[in-house]
Amino acid sequence: MASATTPSDDCLVRINKVSFAYDRRPVLTDINMEIPRGKIVAIMGSSGCGKTTTLRLIGGQLKPTSGEVRVNGQVVHTLDSGGLYEMRRHMGMLFQFGALFTDLSVFDNVAFQMREHTDLPEDLINDLVMMKLHAVGLRGAHHLMPSELSGGMARRVALARAIALDPMLIMYDEPFAGLDPISLSIIGELIRSLNDALGASSIIVTHDVQESLKIVDYVYFVSAGKIVAQGTAEEIKASGTPYVHQFVWGEADGPVPFHYPAPVYGEQIMEQAGHA
Amino acid sequence: MPNSSKPSPFTDKLVQFLTRLGHNFTSRIWRLGFASRFFLAILLLSGTALRRFHLTIREIYFTGVLSLIIILVSGLFVGMVLGLQGYDTLQRYGSSEALGVLVSLSLVRELGPVVSALLFASRAGSAITAEIGLMKATEQLSAMEMMAVNPIARVVAPRFWAGVVSMPMLAALFSAMGIFGGYLVGVQLIGVDEGSFWSQMQASVDFREDIVNGIIKSCVFGIIISWIAVFEGYDAEPTAEGVSGATTRTVVTSSLAVLAADFVLTAFMFRGA
Repeated sequence: MASATTPSDDCLVRINKVSFAYDRRPVLTDINMEIPRGKIVAIMGSSGCGKTTTLRLIGGQLKPTSGEVRVNGQVVHTLDSGGLYEMRRHMGMLFQFGALFTDLSVFDNVAFQMREHTDLPEDLINDLVMMKLHAVGLRGAHHLMPSELSGGMARRVALARAIALDPMLIMYDEPFAGLDPISLSIIGELIRSLNDALGASSIIVTHDVQESLKIVDYVYFVSAGKIVAQGTAEEIKASGTPYVHQFVWGEADGPVPFHYPAPVYGEQIMEQAGHA
Repeated sequence: MPNSSKPSPFTDKLVQFLTRLGHNFTSRIWRLGFASRFFLAILLLSGTALRRFHLTIREIYFTGVLSLIIILVSGLFVGMVLGLQGYDTLQRYGSSEALGVLVSLSLVRELGPVVSALLFASRAGSAITAEIGLMKATEQLSAMEMMAVNPIARVVAPRFWAGVVSMPMLAALFSAMGIFGGYLVGVQLIGVDEGSFWSQMQASVDFREDIVNGIIKSCVFGIIISWIAVFEGYDAEPTAEGVSGATTRTVVTSSLAVLAADFVLTAFMFRGA
């Protein structure tokens, strides 16, 4: 039974029996999740299993077909646009490829929310932006444009932007995708250290098992819109569940088939030969 | 089951055709409704664009100032061609001194607003659509929403108002350059009397009937083009193909809409003139 959440609750985010469908195609079916305050939780699963949809439901960009998502005690889909925007001021989100504003410099990207939501004087904004950029190691790159950054640097700038207003919840959509090993490790360490330094809670949506298991406190495994396994990093590594085992150890054989559903190859060839 | 109850292939195709037709029709009506609600949202959320006017000024630079070259050069050549063609026709009736009137009325009433609007749709409208569409495709608009900033207020409205403000000024410059082009060809090259050229123009062009009506036309065209451009960008499929299709639709739809609106406006403005 899902209990109502209050701001003093241990869990910042509660997802209670949520289902979601695009048109009539079900994406998530009856899922339950809890994101404790101060912890990093990963949502893992193969591409298209509903991980990013879960983030969008938490951020209020989508509304569940049934069930409810509570963030800091508030049911997200019942908020009006003013309430939703107020809630989002306390959230930060790192998009898969950074989603930096290409017409603004690194500095202006990080300063964007400060200028939009506060009346801080420009010299104070300057100090705050430099602090955020220093935290991700890019203080010296403040004058560059997004087109001048490497993939890893763009991701770090986006991370600095996501934490610009010291959010209570930080969401990461595939933060490790397409990064070289050094950037991968740097981003992983930054996620852990920033979460602890800010006292925030973090949700990482990823299919990079090895890197994320190093930094997360808890893991939910999603497959075909349902939670198939959950536990701490150690429990997941030791899991005997066939899907989790195949995913964690990257095996070709297992419940996730290599081939997209198709008729038997021999029958198809014979059928085509018959038509010829 | 008896064979007679089975629909014939012709009936089957007819049903499919009608279904597709109905689907296309309803989806177009739905899109028109969405575009209308989007227009209303722009007007309601224009506070940021007007309060923080530097955002709109910046867009006026990109849409208006950067369109100056194509507008000025086109205006000059259109005026020069008008000078040549007008002189050729007028001198047959011995009234080549009326060249200034012909050039100026053609430009101020029709060619200035319409041709500059068509050029504006191609140069600035397509750029606005491509920019907003790419911002959508690269999740910049989603990122803005997640930062509690409304992209219609912050991205769309400044671009819309920049287009609305730029269009009449560009049309005026187009007409001015066109008249200068007509003067160069008619007076300087062919030798039409300079005094007649300017004095007849001054006597025949009415401020209210001709110039103000031309300005009203270009304002309406500015609203139409800017609305279509921002809507197509915002509604674009977030893929390379989707943005490319949206950009093409902006140029085609806004050009046709400008020509249709021009006919309606002309019918109302100059019916008694």
